[in-house]
Order: sequence, then C-alpha cells, then structure tokens
Amino acid sequence: MTPSLTLGPVAGTPLSRMNPVALLTAMIVVTLVLITSLDVVTPAVVVAAELCLLPAAGLTDLRDLWRRTWPLLLGAGSVGIVNVLLGDDATVVTGVGLALRVVGLALPGVLLVAATDPVRLADALTIHWRVSTRFAFGALAAMRLVPLLIAEFESVRLARRTRGVEAGRNPVARARLLAGVAFALLVGAVRRGSRLATAMDARGFDSGIPRTNARGSELHRRDAVLVAGTVGVCAVAVTLSVLAGAWSPIFVG
Amino acid sequence: MTTTRGPAPIRTEAGPVRIVARGLGVRHASRHAWALTGVDLVVEPGERILLTGASGAGKSTLLAALAGILEAEGTEVAGELTVDGASPRDARGRLGILAQDPDSQLVMTRAGDDVAFGLENAGIPAERIWPRVDEALAAVGFPYDRDRPTQALSGGEKQRLVLAGVLARRPGLVLLDEPTAQLDPPGASLVRAAVARATADRSATTIVVDHDAAPWLPLVDRVVEVVAGGVVEHGPGWRPASRTAGLHLLPPPDGPVLLTALGAGFTYRGATAPALSRVDVPVRAGRALAVTGSNGTGKSTLALLLAGLRAPTTGRVEAAPELTEGVRRGHREPHRWRAGELVTRIGTVFQNPEQQFLTGRLHDELTLGPLRSGEHAAAARATAEELLERLGLTAFADANPYTLSGGQQRRLSVATALATSPRVLVLDEPTFGQDAATWRELVTLLAEQRARGCAVAVVTHDADLVQVLADDRISL
Repeated sequence: MTPSLTLGPVAGTPLSRMNPVALLTAMIVVTLVLITSLDVVTPAVVVAAELCLLPAAGLTDLRDLWRRTWPLLLGAGSVGIVNVLLGDDATVVTGVGLALRVVGLALPGVLLVAATDPVRLADALTIHWRVSTRFAFGALAAMRLVPLLIAEFESVRLARRTRGVEAGRNPVARARLLAGVAFALLVGAVRRGSRLATAMDARGFDSGIPRTNARGSELHRRDAVLVAGTVGVCAVAVTLSVLAGAWSPIFVG
Repeated sequence: MTTTRGPAPIRTEAGPVRIVARGLGVRHASRHAWALTGVDLVVEPGERILLTGASGAGKSTLLAALAGILEAEGTEVAGELTVDGASPRDARGRLGILAQDPDSQLVMTRAGDDVAFGLENAGIPAERIWPRVDEALAAVGFPYDRDRPTQALSGGEKQRLVLAGVLARRPGLVLLDEPTAQLDPPGASLVRAAVARATADRSATTIVVDHDAAPWLPLVDRVVEVVAGGVVEHGPGWRPASRTAGLHLLPPPDGPVLLTALGAGFTYRGATAPALSRVDVPVRAGRALAVTGSNGTGKSTLALLLAGLRAPTTGRVEAAPELTEGVRRGHREPHRWRAGELVTRIGTVFQNPEQQFLTGRLHDELTLGPLRSGEHAAAARATAEELLERLGLTAFADANPYTLSGGQQRRLSVATALATSPRVLVLDEPTFGQDAATWRELVTLLAEQRARGCAVAVVTHDADLVQVLADDRISL
C-alpha cells in the first residue's frame, strides 16, 4: 500500500525547486551524450556528477536509495557481466563501461522522480512545452487510481477463495487464477476510469475553453544554470575521454 | 449581462435554473418497458428537492435526463424536459454533479488544486481562482488547508472536497446522486451538513437523489417520489415508512459454538500499529453476531480472519469439530483449509458484490461454488434454480451479473455464498446502500439461515440491522 508514498517525490530539496522542464532538458542532454559514446571514461565522469546530485534530491538515506535503485543496479550489473562473459572480444573495461552507461542513463530518471511533484510536472509541460492539457492532466488523474488498484488486487484475490477457486500448488492453475484476477482488476479499472472521466467532464475538462493554470510554472535563472552545468559536465566528460584516448563515438568508425 | 469585454462569458455564473418536465417519458435502447412515463415536474430556481424511490423505479434515468447524458445509443425520449428553457444537453455547462464514489471524482493530489481544477477548465484567470477556491472550501466546512493531500482524507471529507469543487464553478443546478451511499454514518452526516450549509443561500437549484429519504428531509423544500416510472409529490410532513415496521423474523434456535477467535489480531507487514487488536469472540450456530465500531478499528479484518481468508498474525481462529468434520487436515485453522472445503463450511459476502463475481451468467455464478466443492452437476443445477427462484432472479438466469441493479447484485452475492450451504456465514456491510425493499428481503433471508442453524456474523454500521437481527454484539 505504501510504495507510492515512500518512493514519491521528496519535498523541499534544492533539486525539487528546479523547474521540471529544466530537469527534463538536462536529462535529454545526458541521454544524448551517453547513447552516442561507447567508452568507459565518459559514463564514469557523468555518473560521478550524478552521484554528487543525490544529496540535492534528498536521497541521503542509503536504505531509501537502495529501494529506489535496486532494479537499476541489478540491470546494470547483469548487462556488464553478460557482455564480459558472452562478448567475443569484450574486456572487463568494456563491461564496466556498459554497466556505467546503464547507470548513467537511468539515474537522472531516479533523480527526476525524487525531485518532481507530478502536478508541477504537468503544469510545466503544459505551460512551457505546450503538451496537451488533456494528456497531462488525464495522466495525472489516472495516476491517483494506482494505489486504489493495489488495494483492490488484494480483495479480488481473496474473493476468489470465497468462491472455492484456488490454485494450490499447480503452477498452471496459479497462472490462470492470476490472469482471472488481472482481468477482474482491469474491468474494475475501466469502470472506475470511465466514472472519473464523467466527473472530469462534468467539471468542464476539455470542453473547448482555453484552460488556465492556477499554480503557474516559472523558469528561473537557476534552471538555466542547471542546464548549462549539465552541458558543461558532458563537455568535460567527452574532453577527458578524448584526451585519455578512449573516445569512441557510435557514429564514427 | 452577456458579452461585455474580456474573455468569453462563463456560463456557470448565471444563477439558479428552472426545470420543467412535461409528459416526459424515457425508454432505454433494447428495452420494451418505458423506464419513465408521463413525468410532470416543475422545479423553481433555487428550490431544493429530494427525488426518492426504490431502486429500479427510474430515479437514475430521471437524473441522467436532467444531466443531459441520456441521448446516447438509441434511447427514446417522449415529452419535454428543459433546463432554463434549453435542452439539458445544452445546459451542461451550468450543471454540477456529486456522485457516490469519492475516489472516482477527485482529480488532483492536493485539496486546493482539486477545487481549482474546474475553475481552470472554465478559463478563469489564475488570480481569481484562489479566492474562489477558499470560498468554496469554507462553504462546505472543509477543515484543512489547501495543501492537504487528498489521499489522507476520509470518505466523508473527500465527498466534502468534491462538493467544494462542484460549487466553486457556481453551477445553476446541483445534482447530488446518492452522495452518502458509500459512507459510514459519521461520514454521511458530514456530507449532509456540508450540503445544508452550501445550499442555504439558494444560489443553485439543488436536486438530491436518494432512496434513503429520512436523513434529507430537514434539508429540502419538497419530496418527489419516483414510483414505477412516474412521479408522486409528497406533502409537507411526509415521512417514509420505517423499514423495520411489521418485520417478523424467525427466532434464533441457539446452538453450539462453531468458530472462536482466541486473541486473534492482525498487523500488516511493515506496519507499526495493528489493523486489528487482539479479539476474543465466539460465533455460535443459530445466532447472529454483530461486529460494530467506527472506521479503522479492524471490523473488516476480523471478518477476513473469521472467514478463513487471512491468517491472524497473533492468536488463533479455532473451528469446532462440528465444522471441521470432513476437512482433510481439520486440526488446522480455517485459513489453511482448501478453498473447496472452506466454501461448504464458511460462506463470505464482501461489501462490494462485483468483486466476487467470476462468471458471465447468473446461473453459472450459482453453480460455481457447489461444483468447486465437488457436488454433482445435476445437484448444483437444482440448487442454483432453487436459489434463483427464492430470490426472484429467475428471469435473469442468463443475464450477466454485472448488468444487474445494486440490490439484485447484493442478493446474488448472498445467494452464491448460500449455494454451498455453509454452517457459518460472514457478511461485511451487507445492507450498505440498499433500499428498504432489498433491506427487508436481506434481513429476512439472514434470519432464515439463522433459523436453520447457521451461524451469522455480520460486520455493520447499520443500527437497524443490529437492532432487529443481532443476538450477540461485539464493538471494536
């Protein structure tokens, strides 16, 4: 019941005061640089810089950090190991480089989730990037239903037992039962979703009148500094890589 | 008062509406009978009326007609219905609706943002939004500030917030569609108090739709009852008949203890406080046990423990030999029995009937339990037919359970539990949101089960139910 709360945004941190579109821009810059460079030095520098930002996003508690990043670390580790073991001429350095790339690509996502209130994100996207309000606020409303879905999963699972339906130790029966539960949840979610859509409609959502925004979303100097800083770190990373003779961009050679 | 300067005029600020229905009739697609016929009704601007009636009488149809959401898919409409002279469909911008389920009406994560949502949609400039949000929150008596997370609110508080969001748009017509049906008594009175407070200035025409008329009477000017597709106006001083009047229930025969909670409690993994503190309670054959108490005390959790659906994290739930006879490992607690063994001994009825439906046909729904517990097909069919007959659902034998009305679904969910003839029946809020007719039918049915030696354990907020049925009580 609680993951949505404990893994949500951490309020009042320096990073959370940034405009979400600035964070997204920085994330795009990092992504472009990392997917085009195949060496080990570039991702190492970028990851080091990202790690320095963890305290700014309020991620100082190691247990909390682990809960947010374990799937990522597991994935990165296996990418590295698989490449070292199965690659033809892959060295340990290449493996480490690939693992670092995965971490470097995913950590901004972890930072974004920790630093961004979803409502502020929707505000910023619709105001600065002209994302459709129908999409942004529709998604926001749908997100509210996720915790309800988790609670309902438990009820529907127990309800099967009250009807004499259970899988026991048979894995096939278990899979079928789970499929049944998933279907029941889907039906419930669709019904609740359409009720929510009716309620939003009744409050004039997407009625053709240009929508205003009560909270607004402002871009500050610090947002420009963040983006410039990101570009700077990436430039340093690539420069170091070239100087070390490790630079191997994906498009060249 | 229309176009002067600035942005397009907002239609939601034109004062209370007048509603006129003349000879209104509605027939739904693919139905022979008319859901409504010859409805004549005039509601003056600012009036507050209660639209009541048994479930299935046509209240929802009339509500949909007023809300302008009828016309879809071949519905036939006769006569006329106007909202301030326009068709309800064209007047939808002046309408505000408060429905049953708060969770499918809230949009934003913080209270203030949710109220602001409808104003943003109307294109109101940001600087004029927050004063109106505060005004609407004050009008419904919302006790927290704008930053309150909506997730942290109780059901009654959520409904108050939804009402604030509706009122902030200054609608000319407010439709309240059974707004307290999913709330406990304190939550329901919270919402009624908010409605009373917010509609006192008559700035909107208000129509409350509820089968449970009595609690709304002090709040409304007139009562209109929908009876078999038409409307009957009740004079001042009208009171609905008590649902307990003239009810004759079979007496409890009394019998041995079948199930006992021994210091049974439950704590969710990772939680610090228990969901249910240790409880000792016997469940006896031929007697009805009522479990009462306010929200959050673990009533439903106790039901799950007694029903053999969850394992207690402290203490035990012990079944008597009469109940465990034939269970392969009868010395174990009920939550470890096989599902097929459980359903012939302990039947459970959840608060939400739809969660328990597993098939696409009423008949299959009733044969499922017996077949799963090893009964022969012919016997299962006979049981199903008998139950359909007994509950007046024979005409719907081939219908999908999801297409039934709320009252019919409730009867069906009780019937599915009875199909396997359990000795113990555990029910969670079985009378929630049910009209008087279904209520009486349900109470009679439970008393019948009790008379044949069944132990009935019922978790409830319903004081009438406790009064007429309970032989033993436990308050958590």
